[in-house]
Amino acid sequence: MTTRPYAAARRTLSIADKMFEVNWGLVLLITIVACAGFAMLYSVAGGSLSPWATPQILKFLVGLAILVTVAMVDIRTWMSLAYPMYAGALLLLIAVVIAGHVGKGAERWITLGPLGLQPSELMKVTLVLALARFLHGQSVEDISKPRNLAIALAIIGIPAVFVVLQPNLGTTLIIAADGASLLFLAGLSWWWIAPTLTGIAVAIPMAWQFVLHDYQKRRVLTFLNPESDALGAGWNITQAKIAIGSGGVTGKGFLGGTQSRLNFLPEKQTDFIFTNFGEEFGFVGCIALLILFAVIIGYGIQIAMGARSQFARLLAMGVTLNFFFYIMINASMVMGLIPVVGIPMPLISYGGSAMFSVMFGFGLLMSVHVHRQVEIPRHPGGII
Amino acid sequence: MPLFDRKDKSRYASFTRRSLGLTGGMVAVFGILGGRLYQLQIKNGDQYKTQAEENRVSQRLTPPPRGRILDRFGTELANNRRNYRVLIVSEQATEGVDAALDSIGKLIVLTDAQKKRVAHDIAANKKFVPVPVAENLSWEEFARINMHLPYLPGIQPDVGETRDYPYGSDLAHILGYVAAVSPDDKKDDDDPLLGLPGFRIGKRGIEKAFDSEVRGQAGASRVEVNAYGRVIRELSRDQGVPGKDVWLTIDAELQRFTDQRMGTESAACCVLDAQTGDVLALSSTPGYDPNLFNVGISPDQWKSLITDDHKPLMNKVLSGAYPPGSTFKPAMALAAMQNGLKDLHVVCTGATTIGNHQFHCWKRGGHGGVDLKRGIAQSCDVFFYEVARRLGIDKMEAAARALGLGAATGIEIPGENSGFIPSAAWKEARFGIPWQMGETLVTGIGQGYVLTTPLQLATLAARIASGRAVTPRIVHTVGGVAQPRPLADPLPFGDEAFAVVREGMNAVVNEGGTASRWRIAEPGMDMAGKTGTAQVRVITRNERQSGVLKDTALPWNLRDHGLFIAFAPVAAPRYALACIVEHGALGHPQVQIAHDVLLFAQKRNPLALRAAYPTNAAMAAPPAPLGGRG
Repeated sequence: MTTRPYAAARRTLSIADKMFEVNWGLVLLITIVACAGFAMLYSVAGGSLSPWATPQILKFLVGLAILVTVAMVDIRTWMSLAYPMYAGALLLLIAVVIAGHVGKGAERWITLGPLGLQPSELMKVTLVLALARFLHGQSVEDISKPRNLAIALAIIGIPAVFVVLQPNLGTTLIIAADGASLLFLAGLSWWWIAPTLTGIAVAIPMAWQFVLHDYQKRRVLTFLNPESDALGAGWNITQAKIAIGSGGVTGKGFLGGTQSRLNFLPEKQTDFIFTNFGEEFGFVGCIALLILFAVIIGYGIQIAMGARSQFARLLAMGVTLNFFFYIMINASMVMGLIPVVGIPMPLISYGGSAMFSVMFGFGLLMSVHVHRQVEIPRHPGGII
Repeated sequence: MPLFDRKDKSRYASFTRRSLGLTGGMVAVFGILGGRLYQLQIKNGDQYKTQAEENRVSQRLTPPPRGRILDRFGTELANNRRNYRVLIVSEQATEGVDAALDSIGKLIVLTDAQKKRVAHDIAANKKFVPVPVAENLSWEEFARINMHLPYLPGIQPDVGETRDYPYGSDLAHILGYVAAVSPDDKKDDDDPLLGLPGFRIGKRGIEKAFDSEVRGQAGASRVEVNAYGRVIRELSRDQGVPGKDVWLTIDAELQRFTDQRMGTESAACCVLDAQTGDVLALSSTPGYDPNLFNVGISPDQWKSLITDDHKPLMNKVLSGAYPPGSTFKPAMALAAMQNGLKDLHVVCTGATTIGNHQFHCWKRGGHGGVDLKRGIAQSCDVFFYEVARRLGIDKMEAAARALGLGAATGIEIPGENSGFIPSAAWKEARFGIPWQMGETLVTGIGQGYVLTTPLQLATLAARIASGRAVTPRIVHTVGGVAQPRPLADPLPFGDEAFAVVREGMNAVVNEGGTASRWRIAEPGMDMAGKTGTAQVRVITRNERQSGVLKDTALPWNLRDHGLFIAFAPVAAPRYALACIVEHGALGHPQVQIAHDVLLFAQKRNPLALRAAYPTNAAMAAPPAPLGGRG
């Protein structure tokens, strides 16, 4: 075959074109969800903008700027930045883990100017970038070759090991789930998948024995029987269920929640904020929020499906799944479906790193959407 | 190289397929989350709502202020003061009770005994029940704990009330004390207040007898609390009903004087209004500090109280039963007068013989010729043997009972002993042996089976002084309502009989009788009385022949009791008294005490001072809150 014009691939969009191409409907949905978050932060502070709502609004505005900026950047640029960003995030992660071990604590943070940054949050996005970049060049057959698979697993595994060392089980799970999803989407052979799933089933008891910290084991045990430690680790699960459950059908109304606000729950403004939402807005509110989340995820899937390059598809699907995993793990955790792991509710929980990470992800998703017509050769030549 | 090839298309198809698969998985997860929300919020929503309400709203009983106890002039004998205390809720002590106690121990002094009691209380109560850790803290200690509260999970500062007895041991036997509720107390009392940790109820004395009146009714406050039990705000409050005030007939000053006058003796003294029976002083020594029980008595203190041979916990005035000895003789004299023995004349040779038994007079040489008045004045045993012989036990018993002996007086303080007056029928029923004449004789001088309480003897004195059936009472007003006063009907002995007996008792003190060393010289304040000695051991024939041992040669607890009944002033009796000094017959300390007490009473004259008992109208106004009373 002769070369085709590939007009779309070569077409350069002006900033104005790109602004027009941004899926503003999705941005609106994201903003609505974020506003629900502000309302909750206002509520758990006892009806006060400080200490959480105002900073969160500012962070969201910065996040919006990040989103739009990232969306403007050509998808090919992101592809070329994928490995360097991954390497940078990995270095930060290692630095934090080593510093944390020196400091004998679970150190997850580094300070960048005024912002505290969690490299593990950064890692979740850059991992998707790097893995999409790597898998972009692989045909279905290529991926299933042991050498390539080994490289892919290294890309996933190295950060996962450092995150688990932090220790941060929740984020490790998300990194592993993101990586596995991308391998699956890229076409990994079932001949690999089936034995791996079996292997995981076998590995779990071993991990229990050798990998998990005592407090992590305790969490699992407590989860299985919350009453066994009703005042300790079981407390959170019990209180979270009471808070959500007491919301009933329509909830106690905005600012009407008492459970989550009266210090029954630790980290009421971060990981457990959904309990306050459930308490104040009830079943109706919770379902509405889940639907909003589902629609956002639907947008992400749609964007992924509409992209013309494998990198873009994998990237879009990766950040969408990442968003989904956040919601799934956080919601399941506060509803007592899975043991408590430290994962915030995206766009709702208070915190900068998660906000920037999520908005950066949405930015990439939007970049995919804006540049959906851009075609990238499987074996990049002159383009990148 | 082509940008797209067959391989690329195949992986695009694969991506789409697998994406749809993952989407299906995500939909399933959302379905599960929605189902869980349904389960939590709709299916079990009501249950969680209840739990949330229980979490948030804590219903707390508020103990009502305990009613005060006042004397006849309104002097507070028992009141309440602020009690700064610290409670612990074991459920909320997230770092453990021991850790919490250790933390508190750095702020205030906590003894091991206190820690043990806290552990015991926690074990005995449900986990959410606050248990007192320390009470009666100073303001500084209380403030210190409040300041550190954020670091003391499970600790609740609390301002309660504690009972205070300003007169300490002086009134302990009348008032009793309050102490923690025991399981027995809860058996037939379902007042929810009893379940309140640290709640105290009356355990003795007036505090016990009028507990239900003084206790009041529980109020309740609903408070919103956070997870640490910190009260966020009060939602509602039901004040409850404060306890009623109890006004006693006691004169606290006379009581205090009496108590102090008896000093370290193991003794009992009771002063009555001779005309009405109102108790003006009721003193039993040694006493104890009722405040100790309130704060929590230490095992050592308790042990020393119960092992003391002077029995400080016993209210000897109404629980102690003693042979009345010669103080019984005025009663026998009244019986003699009533039964036509007005002009009885006996020659005392030091002994009289019934059958082959010799009955001795206390005076070995005898008194010579003795009539009724002289018999009382000189306390001649032989004279009263003759009275008894002529009366017989049935008439003696009837007279004694008419004078208030042998039955509980019905005073409002619990624990009264009924004393004992024997009868022929009783002995027959009890032992199956007929009554003996010798026993009649011995009864005639207040020995043998006869037992009386000092309160009964005071009643006897009051009845002789007034000629009426006065009954002792100590509670005048409860909650502003005057208590009914039993009618004091004239006694069936006749005015002449009383006149003669009073004359005899006057002679005991003022005409060279057995108590003449302690006559009251102040004009118009003279007292009349009757001494008595109660043997606490049987004097054997051998002993009598070899010479009875002097009390000074005996150990304290084998010495005779000294008794005295009296009234004053002689011409128009207003005050009646009985006093017993255990094992104190020698030197008649009981007569000295009676002299001082009756003199003090008459000089102070509480019956002439206007008492301050509230009228029903005055009590209609609600009682002032804690601390608002003088």
